[in-house]
Amino acid sequence: MASDLDTARERPETIRAVPVRHPWRWVALAVIAIFVAMFVHLLVANPNFDWPTVRKYLFDPLILRGVWMTIKLTLLSMAIGIIIGIVVAVMRLSSNPIVAGVAWLYVWFFRGTPLLVQITFWFAISALIKTISIGVPFGPSFWSKPTNSLITLFVTALLALSLNEGAYMSEIVRAGILAVDEGQTEAAHALGMTRLQTMRRIVLPQAMRVIVPPTGNEVNNMLKNTALVSTIGMFELLRSAEAIFNANYKTIPLLIDAIFWYLLMTSAWQVLQFYIERYYGRGSTRATSLTPIQKAKLMFAGMQHHGGIS
Amino acid sequence: MSALMVDAQRVHKNFGTNEVLKGIDFEVASGQVVCLLGPSGSGKSTFLRCINHLEKIDAGRLYVDGELVGYRQDGDKLYELREKDVATKRTEIGMVFQHFNLFPHMTALGNIVEAPIRVKGEGKAEVHERAHELLAKVGLADRAKAYPRQLSGGQQQRVAIARALAMRPKLMLFDEPTSALDPELVGDVLAVMRDLARSGMTMIVVTHEIGFAREVADTVVFMDAGVVVESGPPQEVIANPQHQRTKTFLSQVL
Repeated sequence: MASDLDTARERPETIRAVPVRHPWRWVALAVIAIFVAMFVHLLVANPNFDWPTVRKYLFDPLILRGVWMTIKLTLLSMAIGIIIGIVVAVMRLSSNPIVAGVAWLYVWFFRGTPLLVQITFWFAISALIKTISIGVPFGPSFWSKPTNSLITLFVTALLALSLNEGAYMSEIVRAGILAVDEGQTEAAHALGMTRLQTMRRIVLPQAMRVIVPPTGNEVNNMLKNTALVSTIGMFELLRSAEAIFNANYKTIPLLIDAIFWYLLMTSAWQVLQFYIERYYGRGSTRATSLTPIQKAKLMFAGMQHHGGIS
Repeated sequence: MSALMVDAQRVHKNFGTNEVLKGIDFEVASGQVVCLLGPSGSGKSTFLRCINHLEKIDAGRLYVDGELVGYRQDGDKLYELREKDVATKRTEIGMVFQHFNLFPHMTALGNIVEAPIRVKGEGKAEVHERAHELLAKVGLADRAKAYPRQLSGGQQQRVAIARALAMRPKLMLFDEPTSALDPELVGDVLAVMRDLARSGMTMIVVTHEIGFAREVADTVVFMDAGVVVESGPPQEVIANPQHQRTKTFLSQVL
């Protein structure tokens, strides 16, 4: 009888073995401690860091305005870039060869040239096209204005960043769409849904899981790439810092201020990104990943049992 | 002719240079249940997919309910139908897939109401009521809010059948509906299909379930290598096959 098997016998004693020792961890710790000490000494002892100046300008109104402009440029150009990305990705997968070809050309151009060149090009666009007008192509125009008055510095920066971003986003969206099982499209078609309905209602929502993580990285990149529009005189974070150190020659302290703000922004984004990915991963994985707080709690609990490094 | 729900005349289909359908003649009368049997690669699934134009045929003529599939004939000329017209015709044909293909981001109920509301533009309340009735009919009245991943394979397939029925089709296509299921789950799905057949639905079922074919089918069609080898009532084709290929196949699956 099966029940006799288990009940008759006692559970053997729980194993309590001596854990494996890790002497090299202690060596590594010592080496790293020396480097850290050297680095801290450098920060404190070298007067050229000029920490009082760093502190003085950290919350300077010009710097704060630069931070705000960097955030604004990042959010707006990402938003526009994502919309362009979706449209171009859907075009790229279209059965119409001309539409697909146009999308391919777009990606080819904007991925194939440096962002800095594109920014400079858009900045110089008024030299190429003096006026912008609405009317009959090659015929009379009903409305026209000089390019410079329409395309301000902000619009130029936004245009350059978002058109470039659109090309990268389209590749990300395309990968997401292709990752959705073909059976989904077939089932939708069999129910009488058109290609557009299928894309919007069935494929794109499922593609999100694949699209979201790399899009998070794009936001991080964009936060940093906005520094490139400082070259055309856009007052974002880097340009603001430059304006101050060009006047007072305190280059290093002001660059440290800029680094501080960039790190703060990218770190804040990293935290946000974690929770967004967790949200979109919800449906597809059985167990959601732990939040850092949950992890810390677990680690703390583990330390009490095993005594940390041993 | 009008009594025929599906009428295939010398249908050919090739993928590149590989001809998978080599002149299929096939008729299904309204209200009939036809089971398509045959070894894998014989073209049964491809033929089924041609019926709702998921695949384009290369030669021959294929009619559903008296209308040409995928084309419009004007004199001697054939005109390809627009995407919208193809989609409209598909609303009249329900299809059930081997791998269910439920939409994983929608609940069972969401899967069922999606097309009637979005495609046919029917009223939400009315469609929801019908969806609940259909869920009850397939024995899943209490699983309306469950997501596909929370359902067993057999339950998913029954939701998929309810999803197809929600469009009120005049023809149902089943593409190996039980092949991806664990053996103990097959019965529930077949029971739902049996009920559906009794209610008078016209059905074409690609299957390896010989028992089901014998019991439910009005006609059994045996296909091999892109041609119909033999067809007739199950008591003839299954119990007393005339062709060697049919005999060999049946001896392997029975």
